[in-house]
Amino acid sequence: MTAAVTAAPPAPSRLADDDLDLLLLIRHFELALLDMFGRGELHGTTHTCLGQEYVPVALRPLLADGDHVFSNHRGHGHYLARFGDPHGLLAEVMGRQGAVCRGVGGSQHILRDRYLSTGVQGESVPVAAGVALHLRRAEPGHLALVHLGDGTWGEGAVYEGLNMAALWRLPLLLVVEHNGIAQSTPTSAQLAGDLAGRARAFGVAHTLVTSTDTNTVRAALAPVLRRVRERGTPAVVELRTHRVGPHSKGDDTRRPEEIGYARAQDWYARYARAYPEQFAAHDERQRRHVAEVVREVAGRPASRWEEAGRG
Amino acid sequence: MAERVVENLNQALHALLADDPGLYLLGEDLVDPYGGAFKVTRGLSTRWPERVLSTPLSEGGIVGVAGGLALAGQRAIVEIMFSDFVALAFDQILNFASKSTAMYGRAVPMRLVVRCPTGGNRGYGPTHSQSLQKHFVGIPGLTLCEMSPFHDNRAVLAGLLGSGRPGLFFEDKVLYTNRMYADGVVDELFRYDLVGADGDVARVWVDDPEQCDCVLVVPGGLAVRAVAVARELLLRDDIVCQVLVPSRLWPLDVDGLLPAVARAGRMVVAEESTAGGTWGAELAQAVHTRRWKALRAPVRLVHSADQVIPTAAHLERTVLVQDADIHRAVKEVVTGA
Ligand SMILES: Cc1ncc(C[n+]2csc(CCOP(=O)(O)OP(=O)(O)O)c2C)c(N)n1
Repeated sequence: MTAAVTAAPPAPSRLADDDLDLLLLIRHFELALLDMFGRGELHGTTHTCLGQEYVPVALRPLLADGDHVFSNHRGHGHYLARFGDPHGLLAEVMGRQGAVCRGVGGSQHILRDRYLSTGVQGESVPVAAGVALHLRRAEPGHLALVHLGDGTWGEGAVYEGLNMAALWRLPLLLVVEHNGIAQSTPTSAQLAGDLAGRARAFGVAHTLVTSTDTNTVRAALAPVLRRVRERGTPAVVELRTHRVGPHSKGDDTRRPEEIGYARAQDWYARYARAYPEQFAAHDERQRRHVAEVVREVAGRPASRWEEAGRG
Repeated sequence: MAERVVENLNQALHALLADDPGLYLLGEDLVDPYGGAFKVTRGLSTRWPERVLSTPLSEGGIVGVAGGLALAGQRAIVEIMFSDFVALAFDQILNFASKSTAMYGRAVPMRLVVRCPTGGNRGYGPTHSQSLQKHFVGIPGLTLCEMSPFHDNRAVLAGLLGSGRPGLFFEDKVLYTNRMYADGVVDELFRYDLVGADGDVARVWVDDPEQCDCVLVVPGGLAVRAVAVARELLLRDDIVCQVLVPSRLWPLDVDGLLPAVARAGRMVVAEESTAGGTWGAELAQAVHTRRWKALRAPVRLVHSADQVIPTAAHLERTVLVQDADIHRAVKEVVTGA
């Protein structure tokens, strides 16, 4: 049941302008956050998706508004790909007016339409199975997608959810962003066997995608999503990806050669080399766009959380 | 200057592992060079690679493994990265570890401690900031202790491990960065000593330990804040407030508090959790029952608001208990306002 799409082509394929813009929006958004943390302008914590931006960008045209997306702690890219709303997200992270969740949820607890994230790893899988149970009956053809990391496969809730999804033939798609590390722990120290074998144990289809090229990843994912919709059965896709930044901020204890390896795989530098002109223009535009968003949102008053919303 | 609380805890773990070759330490991202999310376990895995293990993200599983080690006659300490996730291990704590001490009709020692980095004020948001002590109050066979700047962590953890009962150890995340108090000195005004049967209760006083207008009882996580409040009360309002910090929360140690409460006739308990079924409520009930006649006012409880803990700092402040809330409560109890 394991289908493999093998190594990335030596040079990345040329991206449509809107895909490139979205990738770069996410990149510069994340860089801006780390920058603000570095200057002490942000409080709390954040987890950037540097290096993994292409995952939600590849998925974007494959998802319909009626699909549910469950995100996790590393969710800024997921949110931006779905809503293209850097102002609302930054306001949430900074606790400013216009925040998607009034500054209550912050970086990792967001609910908007059919998009939800929470900071407890693994919790979302059975919840998404519940949503998928409803979708199967009420809105066939729609699916519930869960973004999760390889480390989150340590949590029992993942298996309980997957088991029910397989038993009840639920349109549940687990998108695993396998970046080889969980916080500081390499996958080899936290995951026995492999994800393909784990999916197989439940009779669930598994697809491995090693490319970091948005077009290639999208082409590999399209038939998987189609099958989940048409057959109403769960699937696991495993994207071999690379965490280019720290787990949260300033907490990267990987050896320099490990960080160097992740950087060498980064789509950003590779794309810049392959399409210098297209890249330079879009990169500059998104950098400026994000700088403007930061300036504008930082100048807003603090978010308000009305009594009625306080439970 | 005395060491930071996190250093005291780290040294305690070093010493316990050195003393006891049957002690294990388990948790997520514990090993070097990372040394844990709050750096409590730095250096430990380098010295004891076989007994200090980074685990998968499996809170229920890890506490279960600790239960197995305890069953096999070993000792285990588990670090839950954020205490919020101890919810995932509730079954192992409630239905296995604590039950096993007695449900087989004979005493079965279960020597394990679950360490829980606790509390807010760091902007980590609703699922990474809670104070869950109250959910573990009153479970037969389970002991609850809380880290404080007065109590040496080695003694507290050794006591828990030696008792044969599983224990939870709550560690306020902001307290890690504060300094331990040493040699009976808090600052130029306040002194402290350890009282009660086993020296479990730290008593912070000004001038005369036998004299005060009110007793303020807090768990260790609020100790530094309570001391700041006592200082403000003295300097601004001329109210003499004695702070009492028990290391053990459960089973309740009322005897260690009663002499001071009876003398003052007034008591306030502050906790960072929400109200409802709390340690403070249990203390109040015990004091009301045993010293009703000596009280000049009912015991007053101070909690965080009955709301989730928001991420943004300006909102988090509106929910979590603030020094000003504690200050006001003591003042109202003393002045009868
Ligand atoms: C139940 C639970 N345990 C622990 C954590 C703390 N934590 C947050 S992210 C993380 C690592 C997750 O690794 P992975 O799933 O591989 O995702 P990645 O961070 O690599 O994107 C940990 C341990 C948590 N949020 N929830």
